[in-house]
Amino acid sequence: MELSHKDLLGIEQLTAQEISLILDTAVSMKEVSAREIKKVPTLRGKTIISLFYEPSTRTRTSFEIAGKRLSADVVNISASSSSVVKGETLEDTGRNLQAMNPDLLIVRHGCAGAPKLLADALPTAVINAGDGAHEHPTQALLDAFTIRERLETLAGRSVLIVGDILHSRVARSNILLLNKMGATVRVCGPGTMMPRCVEHLGVEYAPRLADAVRDVDVIMMLRIQKERQQGTRFPNEREYARFFGLNRAVLRHARKDVLIMHPGPVNRGVEISPDVMSLPYSIILDQVTNGVAIRMALMYLLTGK
Amino acid sequence: MGLLIRNARALDPSEGLDETLDIFIQDGRIRALGRDIETGSGDACEVIDATGLIAAPGLIDMHTHLREPGQEYKETIASGARAAAAGGFTAVACMANTKPVNDNASTTRYIIERAREACVRVLPVAALTVGLQGTALTEMGDLKAAGAVALSDDGRSIADAQVMRLALEYARSFEIPVLCHCEDASLSVGGVMHEGTVSAVLGLRAIAPTAEELIVQRDIALAEWTGHCVHIQHVSTAGSVRIIRDAKARGVRVTAETAPHYFTLTDEAVRGFDTNTKMNPPLRGAPDVAAIKQGLSDGTIDVIASDHAPHSSLEKDVEFDYAAFGIIGLETMLPLTLALVREGVLTLPQAIEKFTCNPAAVLGYERARLKAGSAADITLIDPGMLWTLDRARLHSLSSNTPFLGHTFTGRALYTIVGGSVVHKHQV
Repeated sequence: MELSHKDLLGIEQLTAQEISLILDTAVSMKEVSAREIKKVPTLRGKTIISLFYEPSTRTRTSFEIAGKRLSADVVNISASSSSVVKGETLEDTGRNLQAMNPDLLIVRHGCAGAPKLLADALPTAVINAGDGAHEHPTQALLDAFTIRERLETLAGRSVLIVGDILHSRVARSNILLLNKMGATVRVCGPGTMMPRCVEHLGVEYAPRLADAVRDVDVIMMLRIQKERQQGTRFPNEREYARFFGLNRAVLRHARKDVLIMHPGPVNRGVEISPDVMSLPYSIILDQVTNGVAIRMALMYLLTGK
Repeated sequence: MGLLIRNARALDPSEGLDETLDIFIQDGRIRALGRDIETGSGDACEVIDATGLIAAPGLIDMHTHLREPGQEYKETIASGARAAAAGGFTAVACMANTKPVNDNASTTRYIIERAREACVRVLPVAALTVGLQGTALTEMGDLKAAGAVALSDDGRSIADAQVMRLALEYARSFEIPVLCHCEDASLSVGGVMHEGTVSAVLGLRAIAPTAEELIVQRDIALAEWTGHCVHIQHVSTAGSVRIIRDAKARGVRVTAETAPHYFTLTDEAVRGFDTNTKMNPPLRGAPDVAAIKQGLSDGTIDVIASDHAPHSSLEKDVEFDYAAFGIIGLETMLPLTLALVREGVLTLPQAIEKFTCNPAAVLGYERARLKAGSAADITLIDPGMLWTLDRARLHSLSSNTPFLGHTFTGRALYTIVGGSVVHKHQV
């Protein structure tokens, strides 16, 4: 079986079978990272360009390591050092990179739909590494992989996502993926951070965190953008932490073995209290480890054949 | 030389006319309407066999952007006029957001001067406030004397209610109509599409319908208070239709227009991030589209206007967030409206009214009619012709429309201005 699209622009385009294929492929890729010599020759001679118009440490490093473990040549371009500042359009930047004949383009951009613009214009495969508040498909896939590792299956599981659903591409991609795989999704957060018609996304909305955590298998906390949103979307961090932050008191309403996830980077003491981060069921660092495996799997599936 | 239109279905709702007739034109005017007109043997006369065609009084589009002066790479007055003629329009009103803004008599006169080379009649709309800044009133008396038919800050609303009130009161003293773009910018800030399920899915910043409705409500309240008429531009929401309907029932002097995309497309069209689905106001939800149709049908919405907004690839072949708002519409408005007739939303005479007597009444414009002695501005329409919109055949300098490749039913075959055929559709 193969992926039916040349690009990975979002979870929206994937079938349940394709999602399973990616997750299954990542299982064998994860094994590579556990070896003493963490490198296989699979993508030797392939060129991968990562084009990041937004700052990122984790995602970018994860892609770079994934490419290198598969022996691809990985080139990183960040917006500050590219011709973006000279006023070149995105499409022109894409065409210039295309002219150097890469095999895969990884794009992060602040505007929803920007990776699609490139994918439509270029023959090269494009992976969306996050576009505005639209999608972040590799994050959702690594989250699914991490849940599956612990709970064996996604079907029938229930996942709670807490925080700024309105501006979160992580939430959108996760909701799409979990629904496609037969899991149920609940969301929680202040009204200023919920899209209108949030139920139309295929989720249940529970405004109170203590109610929302009841009976779910997984709690996924989202990062709050303190700098940009304090004062308008929520009054201050203290109040946010009190009503929408995950702490031991709230967890008393949850299942004892509930899994705790966060796409990072974490605002300790805001959306999640430090003591919760170190609980045995906190699998935040597993997510990071699995991110490399998922990205290796996608690189292989999109360019390796 | 005369022009004889044979056997057309002559349709002028304001004249109570709907019958199959010949129309004889000479020296720019209609000389006679009747059956089997004989033109006399002495004069050479061009004959158009209009069997099966509708002859309507020249269509008027009261909302276009012709981009001249200042952005001639998008459209000029001449190219916009050619697009208008191709779409069946014999007169267009052009908005003031040119560069420089049409906020002074010399710019108005420049537009009128440039329009002498245009193949259709051009009616300049001047700005309501200087530089469209919403603070200082324009020289409305001068502007009207120079030939401006109406005033509008189209593209934005005057944010300050006191300035809007004074603008209406001052405009009233010159009896010049005020056209209102209704948008509370503090609410729509940063938005690029309608706020609903699709914006929730795409993660695009959204514009609540409330942003339009608040200002529709305000401008109607100010019209009621000041006694001057207001015309609400490009109505896009169910709430706006309801507010306008209620105001009309109370006897407030308010009229309204919508554009074809607001009764043809919904926000679902934005899903592929096509920047030709980005306009302001944005494409709304299905209930809004239904309400717009109802408003057109019951007369709440008086006018259909294109909001023809040409942009080049520089403004449109970019990220959705960065793309300019607006689409071209002159060449697609008539067929999209004829679709409403086939759907049973409008009768054919109602549809013709939305392009002829109704916009003329809003603008106080002495328009052409289908009667002897009137200026011969006539549009001949084939209501059944199938045709496909092809980029290479657009007359506009820009091609920013979501309807490229779309197959339409019905179009203008001949556009006649002052007795001259200014557009003849080449099959």
